[in-house]
Amino acid sequence: MTTTSPAPSALATPEFEAANEKQKRRRGFLLALPAYVYLSLFFAIPLFIVVVYSFATRTRSGGTALEEWNLDSYRKLGEPIVTDILLRSITLAVITTVICLLLAYPFSYFLATRKETTRNIMLVFVMIPFWSNFLVRNYAWRVLLGNDGPVSQLTETIGLGETTVLFTPTAIVLGLVYGFLPFMILPMYAAIERMDWSLIEASRDLGATGFQTFKKVTFPLSMPGVIAGSILVFIPSLGAYVTPQILGGGKKTMLGSYIVTQFLTARNWPVGAAVSTVLMFVMLMATLIYFRKGGRTL
Amino acid sequence: MSSTQKELRGASKWALSANAVLVYLFFYAPIALLVLYSFSDDELVGRWGGFTLDWYRAFGENDEVQGALGVSIRVAIISTLISVVLGTMSALALERFRFRGQKIFDALLYLPVIIPDVTMAVMMLLFFTQGISLLDSILGIQISKGIATVALSHIAFSISFVSIVVRARLAGMNEKLEEAAQDLYASKWQTFRHVTFPLIAPGVIGGALLALTLSLDDVVITQFVAGPGSTTLPVYVFGLIRRGVSPLINAVSVVMLAASILLVLLSSLAQRARGGQAT
Repeated sequence: MTTTSPAPSALATPEFEAANEKQKRRRGFLLALPAYVYLSLFFAIPLFIVVVYSFATRTRSGGTALEEWNLDSYRKLGEPIVTDILLRSITLAVITTVICLLLAYPFSYFLATRKETTRNIMLVFVMIPFWSNFLVRNYAWRVLLGNDGPVSQLTETIGLGETTVLFTPTAIVLGLVYGFLPFMILPMYAAIERMDWSLIEASRDLGATGFQTFKKVTFPLSMPGVIAGSILVFIPSLGAYVTPQILGGGKKTMLGSYIVTQFLTARNWPVGAAVSTVLMFVMLMATLIYFRKGGRTL
Repeated sequence: MSSTQKELRGASKWALSANAVLVYLFFYAPIALLVLYSFSDDELVGRWGGFTLDWYRAFGENDEVQGALGVSIRVAIISTLISVVLGTMSALALERFRFRGQKIFDALLYLPVIIPDVTMAVMMLLFFTQGISLLDSILGIQISKGIATVALSHIAFSISFVSIVVRARLAGMNEKLEEAAQDLYASKWQTFRHVTFPLIAPGVIGGALLALTLSLDDVVITQFVAGPGSTTLPVYVFGLIRRGVSPLINAVSVVMLAASILLVLLSSLAQRARGGQAT
């Protein structure tokens, strides 16, 4: 058996070192192998199949013919129906990301400046919504915003009249912010917490105002958190499906809903696959940019 | 890090505190109201009509809900067990060894975390559709979508999350302890059993709870790969919500929320065990 460890008395000769190194490589590879095989089979191959389908042809009966490869599905992405949906999705995702940023930055800063015990308790109360069922949390807003729901009752009592936010883009943004805000807070907090605070102190000592210090020192230092948080909010918002269905009433479609419709009702799998491929590509680019910028807190 | 420079002053302190209160209110007010209304004796959701436990009774007596709950639990247990083993092994491999193809493996492990769930749902649907017809035409084996396809898909996204949590734990761990055990003539297995594993256990438990939560919560991917008879609770509830709100959904939602909160608290206890903290 070569797997038993070499006798500790063996001398650290170059041959021994090399053999040891080789053995260690093999053991590492064998440890990784099961997950590697699993993800190749149940992730990499499915991913490849989606890309293949995006070049296939839809048959008259709604099936998919894996022949006559073409770019028709991608051409369809230029049609007004699809570009409208794309624009709407991007707009809503950007608005969601910006609102999350504006809420999460001061919150994370506040969190990072608390005493450790307070901070840990506060963090648990951010983790709870982070882990709670997304569907249920969106459903809560559906109840709140519904006809004669609590929000409507409140606005009527104050004299603002009935609230008719449900099934509008505003409701979708509200649901997305509610769902993804913890995704912004956690990386942002991590980045702010590990900042070199002595640099901020130095800036103040050198006579910079609070705003100057924030603009020139604090904000650049917290940038990895800002980028990580923005990616973590923007990407799922862009592909959101549950929120537009529940709070948008499925009327004003977003990209995610459009993909699902192509697969489950319209039965145009090549177009659905093409949109998915584009979405994946955007996601990959965003992640690459993030790692290029040297971020490590995903 | 001294505490003086981290002290906030005057107006900015006030504004930051106000924002924090606002954020917590935003997080918890909707949940609190949902819990409240689940006890409301009124057919209309979102209106208070006196206290009742009727909706929870309906939850317990509804066969479809109970069936879906059973499927959810079975899928969650299977996918958690398998993804914890595979995820932990891959974390050890990536954190403690250097091997050929490591970079590609690392990338493959990250992808399921960042891919939008709609895209992953589409991937799994096409893969299983293609795979099932292939098995049928080549080997003559007839299978259909069901609990197995749901569990296989959940494992595919859970491995990565488990791996990341365990890696975070391993990265903060002193490798010298393992070397010391080996210097003291412990075998590889003894070292793992008595040194490495006890040290990474909080990470493994944290990863397992995360895998459990992800599996219990997933709607989109499951909806695409579930067959008749393998509807999970979230997929069933999603179907109900699309037909409209009802007090029964309120009760089911609150039960699901309670389960999530229980899992978070358990996980934060696990992470804190032995003074370690891994994100």
